[in-house]
Amino acid sequence: MSNILESKNLAKSYGDFTAVKGITFDIKEGEIFSLLGPNGAGKTTTISMLSTLYAPTSGDATIGGHSVTKDPMAVKRVIGVVPQDLALYEDLTAKENLVFWGQMYGLGGKSLNSRVDEVLEQIGLTDKAKNRVKTYSGGMKRRVNIGVGLLHKPRLLFMDEPTVGIDPQSRRAILDTVKDLNKQGMTVLYTTHYMEEAAELSNRVGIIDHGELIALGTQDELTKQVGETETLTLHIGENEDPDALAKALNGVEGVQKADVTDHEVSVITADAKDILAAVVSKANERGIKIRSIDIREPNLEAVFLHLTGRALRD
Amino acid sequence: MTKLLLIGFKDLKLMFRDRAALILILLAPFLLTLGMGLVTGRFSGNSGSGISDIPIVIVNLDKASLGDALVEVFNSDDLAELVEPTLSDDPEAARRLVDEDEVTAAIIIPAGFTQSVIPQNGNNAANEEVKIEFYSNPSRPTSAGIIKAILDGFMSRLDEMRLSGMTSISQLIISGRISPQDANRAGEEMGARLQQAGDLSEATAIKLNASTSEGEAVEFDLLSYFAPSMALMFLMYTVSYGGRSILAEKAEGTLPRLLISPTNSLQVLGGKVFGIFLTGAAQMLILIGASTLFFQLRWGDPLSVLLLVLAAVFGATGWGMLITALARTPAQIGSVGSAVMLIFAMLGGSFVSLDNLPALVQTVGKITPNAWAMDGFTTLALGGPLSTLSTPLLALLTMGILLFLVSALLFGKKNLAQK
Ligand SMILES: Nc1ncnc2c1ncn2[C@@H]1O[C@H](COP(=O)(O)OP(=O)(O)OP(=O)(O)O)[C@@H](O)[C@H]1O
Ligand SMILES: [Mg+2]
Repeated sequence: MSNILESKNLAKSYGDFTAVKGITFDIKEGEIFSLLGPNGAGKTTTISMLSTLYAPTSGDATIGGHSVTKDPMAVKRVIGVVPQDLALYEDLTAKENLVFWGQMYGLGGKSLNSRVDEVLEQIGLTDKAKNRVKTYSGGMKRRVNIGVGLLHKPRLLFMDEPTVGIDPQSRRAILDTVKDLNKQGMTVLYTTHYMEEAAELSNRVGIIDHGELIALGTQDELTKQVGETETLTLHIGENEDPDALAKALNGVEGVQKADVTDHEVSVITADAKDILAAVVSKANERGIKIRSIDIREPNLEAVFLHLTGRALRD
Repeated sequence: MTKLLLIGFKDLKLMFRDRAALILILLAPFLLTLGMGLVTGRFSGNSGSGISDIPIVIVNLDKASLGDALVEVFNSDDLAELVEPTLSDDPEAARRLVDEDEVTAAIIIPAGFTQSVIPQNGNNAANEEVKIEFYSNPSRPTSAGIIKAILDGFMSRLDEMRLSGMTSISQLIISGRISPQDANRAGEEMGARLQQAGDLSEATAIKLNASTSEGEAVEFDLLSYFAPSMALMFLMYTVSYGGRSILAEKAEGTLPRLLISPTNSLQVLGGKVFGIFLTGAAQMLILIGASTLFFQLRWGDPLSVLLLVLAAVFGATGWGMLITALARTPAQIGSVGSAVMLIFAMLGGSFVSLDNLPALVQTVGKITPNAWAMDGFTTLALGGPLSTLSTPLLALLTMGILLFLVSALLFGKKNLAQK
């Protein structure tokens, strides 16, 4: 499969601060590629450079064969963008928004109208199309925000954390839409800080942290990096000291690594069942009360933890 | 180009959906105009006149029928309230009075004026044009404009007569069919006709409010002053509101979204500017329409009014862009915009006629679109033709172009993409 996007050492600094430190990756035509990273990792900055909004400080990328720095206009025609923050006219109706943005993408006349109706159907807002966007719920606004990015049927769609801050039902609908679009042949670059979303959607995942791409590959490839491990997550009482527990556990046999994330202690181990008893007794020894324990197969969260020593979500 | 227009019309639509903005843009100036009208007794039929007794000096060196007729015009009952003419024999002294700001204008009717129009004693050969001199005080544009309008009215009436009747008289003399004495009498008759109030008011279109104030008093309708003043004041609000929408769209992400659509930044910015222009023009035209409808206010020749509105909105939009280019946040534009609106209204004579303000203020006031547009609106309301608008139109266009250039330079340094 050919690459629809190739990024080479793409970097962006804001004054002294380097938000994206030269990232190199490519996206194959037809796949869903996720950029997974915590807040402030540089996802939006990367998308902004790829969508020609910000000029890179150094490096370049080609999309559909066009350079984002040298031929931004050609790039703009290939891509659709769903920005992280809503970018809509709240005093216009959903339909008026779609019509206006369609016009900005060069659509017009009958084809615009029928396309707007199609998109309204797709985002499930046909009934409310004539209401002003400001009367919508957060989830509905998100859907309009996505709809705008779909109007001109882009070959490559950028979606920057499209599910942030909405109810589970809307989130489900959005994830299903992404999968549908991909089935119809649209390539998607999806950014998120939810590892479940990346896991569910993507063919390949790039993990980004502090402006660097620290891992890249299919889920299987990535989880293998962590080795044949499992993660034990210990939820402890509110007044307990997680750091003390993590420190104590790091000495236990069979524990590869114990870390504090939020108020939880994550333990990476080859076999969770083997160390379970030892972990619990160690906690009792310290007088630390464990409320519950999760055992997980290796996942992207574990990969991130493994690579950075921190949890993905803070 | 189409995208530019689409962005502009989108902004116009948005403005009309913003109730708070509509109140400020349309209702506030309308109510203020209404209030001014009530306070000044405009609606009770009183001829409470803000501009009255304009002091002028007339030097009649002609001392023949037409010169006398012009003096009569200014001394007529119709103009008694409006004009306070004095006579003098000394052109130099008259000009000095103007320079010293004692009078608004001097009208100097040169010797031979009548003769230049109506050849007498068979001596019509090579009569060069003898022109009436209108010497006015630039610091009193409004009242000078009134006097000029009356004078223009007289002259155009004269031209009309000359063309229709008098050429034939002189031809009669040349061909020897009537005697020079008869021609002289014809001239006197012409002068007499020029003095007739009916002709005069028709010619100068000075009687603006004949429909409301009963008598036939010629008076400058005060609302012709306040209605444009208030409209122009809130026009400045509109342009800063429009400028604010540029920064607001930047903050809300719709501007970046426009920039990543296949639309170039010139179209985007041009569209925003066009939106401001459209909104301002719509505002002015609605206010003009409303005052015409509700107050029977006459603004003057519609085409000229339209041109002046467009020029004024253009100049004002330039200011809006400059404020936007200098500001960092929408809130800054809001506060700077309101301040500018009030200062310009004051400097531009929206509250107190510029004629009554110190010379320095009048000079500084020339940076405002308000002052120039007020000049134009006053002239038009007095029946001035399009040609009298050339100075205000030129000034407003120049102002707009200069401000656009400066703002464009400043905008070049501004990052519109960054939220
Ligand atoms: N305009 C800017 N000026 C200075 N620093 C910025 C600017 N925009 C972003 N940054 C910084 O760059 C880093 C990357 O930001 P970016 O928005 O790309 O992260 P992100 O991965 O999208 O995060 P989030 O999940 O919160 O959206 C952050 O540390 C942020 O504070
Ligand atoms: Mg982001």
